[in-house]
Amino acid sequence: MPLDPSYAGHAYPRTEAYEVGRAKIREFADAIGDPNPMYRDVEAAEAAGYPDVIAPPTFATILFGKFSLESLVNDPELGLDYDRMVHGDMSFTHERPVRAGDRLTVVTHIDGIMNRAGNDFLNLRVDVDTVDGERVVVARAQLVVRGPE
Amino acid sequence: MTEIAVGTELPPLSVRITRADLVRYAGASLDFNPIHWNEKVADEVGLPGVIAHGMLTMALAGRLVTDWLGDPGALIEYGARFIRPVIVPNDDTGACVELTGKVREVREDGTARVDITAKFDGKAVLGKAVAVVRLP
Repeated sequence: MPLDPSYAGHAYPRTEAYEVGRAKIREFADAIGDPNPMYRDVEAAEAAGYPDVIAPPTFATILFGKFSLESLVNDPELGLDYDRMVHGDMSFTHERPVRAGDRLTVVTHIDGIMNRAGNDFLNLRVDVDTVDGERVVVARAQLVVRGPE
Repeated sequence: MTEIAVGTELPPLSVRITRADLVRYAGASLDFNPIHWNEKVADEVGLPGVIAHGMLTMALAGRLVTDWLGDPGALIEYGARFIRPVIVPNDDTGACVELTGKVREVREDGTARVDITAKFDGKAVLGKAVAVVRLP
């Protein structure tokens, strides 16, 4: 069944905090094969003016999957068919880099739903803030749900 | 970093992705969608094989920019469309992704726009891959 365009404007409640750890940043950097010392070495990060190691620019994808996709998939009102869903696009706008020690919470907004040529396009905006209310990054994503063949 | 102007090309980067890399990225990113590691599931949903996470390709393309910058925190905006899958064969060679980038715009506010090209098998896999960076 196609998604209901009138569901646009819906936002999911702010999530619990996700604490960003040095080991997770290093694991993520290793997984993308990126040897940059700012992801690993506190002294290198401090020399560049950061209070702790920073995370790669796409690190917030972890929060997108863990919180935003979870919210969408578990929302019976939305009725998203996960098996037919593909990721159309993604973007990140950083106020500052994510860094170790951040306690981040997420609010996921459904900015738009379009039905086009039998497919559904779901535009999301994900605000990622610290528990103290500091904006860190805004992620935007388009999910495409393929219609029945 | 040398003088940056419109047309400046970033040092190219070529990255090989194997099935082992996909498993590692799945764990690190918490994206365990089986199309990225299970041939049977990939086949069932009509894919030509196990494909790399679009977000992994995007992360590799981001590295093209952050290697060039040195300080990854200077990459302030970064986005891409996923227009074609990177198919990763079940062998030791894997798939090769070729990354290039060029400065398209130098702005008065001290930022620059970099356009990125990511190719697999001679074809672009990312569309509108754009980074906005803060210049030193």
